[in-house]
Amino acid sequence: MADYKLIGKNYTTPDILAKVTGRAKYAEDFRAEGMLFTKLLVSPMPHARVRRMDTSAAMAMPGVEAILTADDLPEAEAPQEAGLTNEPLYEGEPILAIAAVDEETAAEAVEAVQIDFEPLPFVLDPMDSLRPGGPNARLDGNTMAGRDLSTIKWNDVDWSEFDRGIMPLGGEVTDEWQVGDVEAGFAEADLILDESVFSASLSHQPLETRTAMAYWQNGKCYMHCSTQSTARTEGGMARWIGIDPTDLVLIGEYCGGGFGSKISSSIQARIPAALSRKAGRPVMMRVTRQEENFFGRARPGIQCRAKFGFKSDGRVVAIDLMLVQDGGPYGRSGDYMSCADQASLMYQPEHMRVRGLTVYTNTPPRGAQRAPGGVQAVAMFAPIMDKAARQLGVDPLDAIHLNAAEGQALFGRPRQGRQGNVSSAFPKEAIDKAREEFDWEGMKARSGQRNGSKVTGVGVAISSYSAGTSGVDGLLVIRPDGMVEIHTGVGNLGTESFSDTSRAAMEALDTPWEQAEVVWGDTSKHLPWSAIQGGSQTTHGHTRSNWAAGLEAKKRLQEIAADRFGGSPDSFDVAEGRVFRRGNRGQAMTFGQAAERAIQLGGVYDGSQLPEDINEMTTRSATALAGRGLVVAAKDNFETGGRNMSFCIGFAEVEVDTETGAVVLKDYKVASDAGTILHPQNFAGQVHGGGIQGFGVALGQKWVMDPQWGLHVAKRFYSNRPPTILDAPHDQEMAWSASDNPDPFNPLGAKGIGEAPVGAGAGAVLNAISDALGGNVDFNRSPIMGDQILTKLNPELDEAHNKLSTHV
Amino acid sequence: MAVIRDKMPAFQLFQPASTEEALGVLDQYGADAWVLAGGLDTWDWLKDRVKKPAAVVDLGGVSELSEIRSLGGGLEIGAMATLRDVIRHPEVSEQFSMLADSASQAASPQIQNQGTIGGNVGQDTRCWYYRDGWSCYRAGGNICYADTPTAMNREHAILGASRCVAVNPSDTAPVLVALDAEMVVRNSTGERVIPAQDFFIGPAVDIMRMTALQPGDILTSIRIPWTFANTRFYFEKARDRAVWDFPLANVASAAKINNGVVEDIRIVANGVAPYPVRFLAAEDAVRGRQVSQAVAMEAGEIAINGVRPLRHNAYKVTLLRNLVKRSVQGAEA
Repeated sequence: MADYKLIGKNYTTPDILAKVTGRAKYAEDFRAEGMLFTKLLVSPMPHARVRRMDTSAAMAMPGVEAILTADDLPEAEAPQEAGLTNEPLYEGEPILAIAAVDEETAAEAVEAVQIDFEPLPFVLDPMDSLRPGGPNARLDGNTMAGRDLSTIKWNDVDWSEFDRGIMPLGGEVTDEWQVGDVEAGFAEADLILDESVFSASLSHQPLETRTAMAYWQNGKCYMHCSTQSTARTEGGMARWIGIDPTDLVLIGEYCGGGFGSKISSSIQARIPAALSRKAGRPVMMRVTRQEENFFGRARPGIQCRAKFGFKSDGRVVAIDLMLVQDGGPYGRSGDYMSCADQASLMYQPEHMRVRGLTVYTNTPPRGAQRAPGGVQAVAMFAPIMDKAARQLGVDPLDAIHLNAAEGQALFGRPRQGRQGNVSSAFPKEAIDKAREEFDWEGMKARSGQRNGSKVTGVGVAISSYSAGTSGVDGLLVIRPDGMVEIHTGVGNLGTESFSDTSRAAMEALDTPWEQAEVVWGDTSKHLPWSAIQGGSQTTHGHTRSNWAAGLEAKKRLQEIAADRFGGSPDSFDVAEGRVFRRGNRGQAMTFGQAAERAIQLGGVYDGSQLPEDINEMTTRSATALAGRGLVVAAKDNFETGGRNMSFCIGFAEVEVDTETGAVVLKDYKVASDAGTILHPQNFAGQVHGGGIQGFGVALGQKWVMDPQWGLHVAKRFYSNRPPTILDAPHDQEMAWSASDNPDPFNPLGAKGIGEAPVGAGAGAVLNAISDALGGNVDFNRSPIMGDQILTKLNPELDEAHNKLSTHV
Repeated sequence: MAVIRDKMPAFQLFQPASTEEALGVLDQYGADAWVLAGGLDTWDWLKDRVKKPAAVVDLGGVSELSEIRSLGGGLEIGAMATLRDVIRHPEVSEQFSMLADSASQAASPQIQNQGTIGGNVGQDTRCWYYRDGWSCYRAGGNICYADTPTAMNREHAILGASRCVAVNPSDTAPVLVALDAEMVVRNSTGERVIPAQDFFIGPAVDIMRMTALQPGDILTSIRIPWTFANTRFYFEKARDRAVWDFPLANVASAAKINNGVVEDIRIVANGVAPYPVRFLAAEDAVRGRQVSQAVAMEAGEIAINGVRPLRHNAYKVTLLRNLVKRSVQGAEA
């Protein structure tokens, strides 16, 4: 790694003290004078129409101030949601909201509403909707074909196959692509595995629910909400509220987790905003855990027929996928397509065909969840890779290495006949390093070891996902007191990238971090146009933008010094909070002195004159800051070289008790290719936090729904079973390693690391369980729980359900 | 009336300082009163507005109920002792380590700090239909939603069901039955002592209650006789998650072993029936015999005699058989 002073070093982020001491204020912690509380009436049915509603008794209750129904909100264009509805499409969908002086009163009032629902046909499993005559989740169709809602039924497929757990082929799809010639690929394969596989839907379950509080003052709406991004929440939130973005003050300095479900906050935040406007008082909507489970978004499940062709050395020559996605009731999630893209990237087949569609169901709305599609790809396909390696007698890590992407590898769905490429790929280097560091041979030697009824299993899986964007802005102010104010519109999701990427500016200025002040999380504080805090965009995107702003600030400082001392700007350098003449450090100005001079100079120095290529939002913010010091706004115009992708390779060791089906995770290690590491402590938090989330995918997080009534039965936080820290291995610390190959298309070499770790955790654990059982057991499904293990090991037990069944 | 969940309604809160005082309030409110111990079971019910008591009697201030002490005949544990108190108490660990073991596997460390032993044994079932307010038999209705042809019943009963197929989820209850404990119950008319085995009742006895406690009753303490002190214990809990999860099944056994021969044994499992099930026939089959794998397997097979699995829980039969087998073999096997 290059010799950096800040990049790659641990430090204390500016938000951490407030977080660990409880001083940090999340949306729920705010109060405003005269604030009301609202409670929601949510649908008790999976699909219904409100036939009659009488709110008179509720409104007559003392302390009840206002009510909001779907009729008060602009209608959404199908298949989008409005936030409140008279035709709920899933259990728990909000119907109306009542604001009262306290929550107790609001809840009593909701209970006093007389409401009559007409039940409508519902469907929980996408395959049930594809069956001839099967119900549609929506009255206007069961899928999206291009931009249109339409209805697809698989009238001509062999449904008896599906009833035997085989995904039928031949049905109509909405998306299809091919590279190479998949049939020719299979013809040259030495081994073909043709499997039907399933990966379950699961809720995001951030610890902070999507609470929001809003009030209006002098025509502006003040919104305190839980959001991952700041700059990229402003526009959408303003649209939801129906105001101009300049009339919105958005405050979200802390976010208790989002995992993709709060990238631009949540549409439900419009409810307190609209209620507040109606009531003329601030309104707090504290979202409960149960409501979070209903409308807090979820990863779509995927049912898939996956055919993989291998050469005898383990090389993947052809992949043919048929993907059916459980789309929930609204919007259009593209997980099934990114699932195919990631398969293409991870295994690099010469020939690949993909067919698929998303089918609407009356289950909670789907959204991006940490590596959307990528996690499902690993959960479904890593076991196929493992099975092939076993059948071919190839070391599974060698098989991953053999197939892994290199350089600017091509992958995914072709556009205009050509596949796109990655900016860099070093998974082979990551594997080479980890093989030694993690003692892969030693791990393998423990595979199959027995201790009474307990058997050790070892698993390894590769995972890839997107890791950056470009073209966003940097904005900083060097103030007369010498401090460097770095403004960022990245949110504070908890990944700390809002701060970690700000360090790029100080690195460019060669100045200690103590002289920096990060400004974030509040649009009234004048933030630049930023990337979404999602899709692992920020680490790459904002090291670029802050590096650009830092270099621009350095240039202006050099000009100011040249103006003061004479000579060319190039004869000056910047370090340690000063600009000075090279070779004569006596001729120097502190940042504070330079800032004062910038104010006097005006123009390009104090923010009065701004670059033309920056975003309108950045221009607005920089203009508001003009005159406060040396104000620098800069767009990231650095060269790009393809899509940024990071890679993780998970190594898991489990112990499976063959008498109880219990799985204990003994060890987990993860190797990574994520470019230059900005902040090792945070990096470890990402690779292991993501890994643990993946353990949930592998070991137990799911929904259970009663098919007769279409209702959730496992909607409690505990019955949803997200993994906890005590589910992580604790005999020794989980290790991680990084290939440390800088991305050539980032000035600091940085790539994101938020997404890829999840699949690595899921895939490695699934493969380890399979290994413990001798590799003879095909689960073809995630999660795998104790009951499934016992059922597989005891042939006298009947499978309780089809292996492709959803929500069981 | 519309339904709203996850928001606690108002109620009268009483915080008595003595058992007498608490019993007075319970008498006053009768069936409208709710006894609150650690709150882990209570607050779910109240927040979901499924149960709406008029008065809540918080026993947290009744210090006499949280003592753990030695009596002539055994150990007495106040019902309000937290699971953490039980885990940490030296005499519990020395004499009845299985109880500490089961308490430390209940729920999560945080819940062990807050939850009480009385609450753990007195807790209601976790049947997801019943707890969500479906009007089932246990809730006074006339159907079991968990026992229909399409019901989701992976975590339900394979034994002891009678119309209702819910299970008792307690981790400490089977241990107390195995240790032949007694439950001391008081109401305003006096005190009665109920063997643990009779304290837990099934739906055939009363479909709306899990224990012998009636309105007006307080479980004040649990007495464990020295009979099985420091004998060979076995406790195991099978669950989906390492923490904060109820048992799919658990098993507790206390055995007096002499030269490898089982002189006496009590084997109890929970999570498989509406009450902790004692396997008398398996105990009889084992008593007087040398501990061996064959004997253990025989006990396991006997234990699953008469099981009636539901659509999604046949695995529990295998699980129960294996747990009972292990409980006979012992931890060293």
